[in-house]
Amino acid sequence: MTGLDTQILTTLLKERSGLSLTGDKQYLFESRLGPVARSHGFKSLGELTDALRRSPPPGLVRAVVEAMATHESLFFRDVKPFEELRSFIIPKLMEARAGTKTLRFWSAACSTGQEPYSLAMLLQDEPRLVGWRLQITATDLSTQAIERAAAGRFTHFEVQRGLPAKYLVKHFKRNGDDWEIAPALRQAITWKVFNLLDDPAPLGSFDVILCRNVLIYFDQETKRLVLERLARTLAKDGFLMLGSAETTIGITDRLRPVPEHHGIYVPT
Amino acid sequence: MATCLIVDDSRTVRSAARRIVEELSFEVEEAEHGAAALARCEARMPEAILLDWNMPVMNGIDFLRRLRAMSGGTQPRVIFCTTESEIDRVVEALEAGADEYVMKPFDRSIIESKFAQVGLL
Repeated sequence: MTGLDTQILTTLLKERSGLSLTGDKQYLFESRLGPVARSHGFKSLGELTDALRRSPPPGLVRAVVEAMATHESLFFRDVKPFEELRSFIIPKLMEARAGTKTLRFWSAACSTGQEPYSLAMLLQDEPRLVGWRLQITATDLSTQAIERAAAGRFTHFEVQRGLPAKYLVKHFKRNGDDWEIAPALRQAITWKVFNLLDDPAPLGSFDVILCRNVLIYFDQETKRLVLERLARTLAKDGFLMLGSAETTIGITDRLRPVPEHHGIYVPT
Repeated sequence: MATCLIVDDSRTVRSAARRIVEELSFEVEEAEHGAAALARCEARMPEAILLDWNMPVMNGIDFLRRLRAMSGGTQPRVIFCTTESEIDRVVEALEAGADEYVMKPFDRSIIESKFAQVGLL
């Protein structure tokens, strides 16, 4: 790959997905785009970037962007945020929404579905929420990831990373080598392809937004843009949950951290 | 340093599990069946037990029931680690007092995630 190829790909990713690939991550071009080049009939990454610069065939740009997005996910990732949901966020919101008994959640970069499914299992396990309307919207940039998530089928390894055995027993059944999540949980979630660079207003307003381990891939300006749009989509007394290495501090003053609850932010 | 007792009749599995568990900063002891594991627990109760199901002399589920009935036997976090992967087996293990359940084959990320789930990390 030439310097020009790298530059073309870096610009494309920044424009289409906000993904900011710094020098130390550029080795990923070779490993992730090789299969895309081959499946579209290009002999090299040079030929692929050449096509991107001229008139790319339909689907090529999307295939490149999706291949470069990280799809790493696990059930109940980091454990602590789900404890915060159970012991801090949900009790607060139950008090605030006692009249409407409706709660809306958005898993904003849900990858292959482990995060919204973890949330759905947690909510179903909460006896105080019986009789409440619980809406979960799960979005991701990748069509492929959303299709996999909506199918609710996970491998032997995936169901063992982070998923407590009691939930495996309660919500999954074996299908060949894979495990399938209960249809009730699949149907409890609204799945959508959505780019965080787009305006989320059409998705509606949310009481809780989980946007974890996404901002780390964006540059400062993109982080600000995304966070401010999320802040507008959040109910005035709603909660934003970020990854443990992410913050709003120094990026925007529309959201502030909740003292003693790491990773949780509220609108100012 | 906390101790983890690895109970499995396969030396290969014990050695693979040992490598992972030592990397998680546990001191490792080994037993090749349930009866040997009970003797270890009587001498010194470990903090964690990684337990196979099918073993000669005494199998994992019998070991677990006896362990939980022993004085101090409710203390260790017990994680089954077995080729048994039917849901009714997982239920049986949880009802006998297992804290978590790993279906073989396993890798470091699975063991680490299960250890974290039961509060060992």
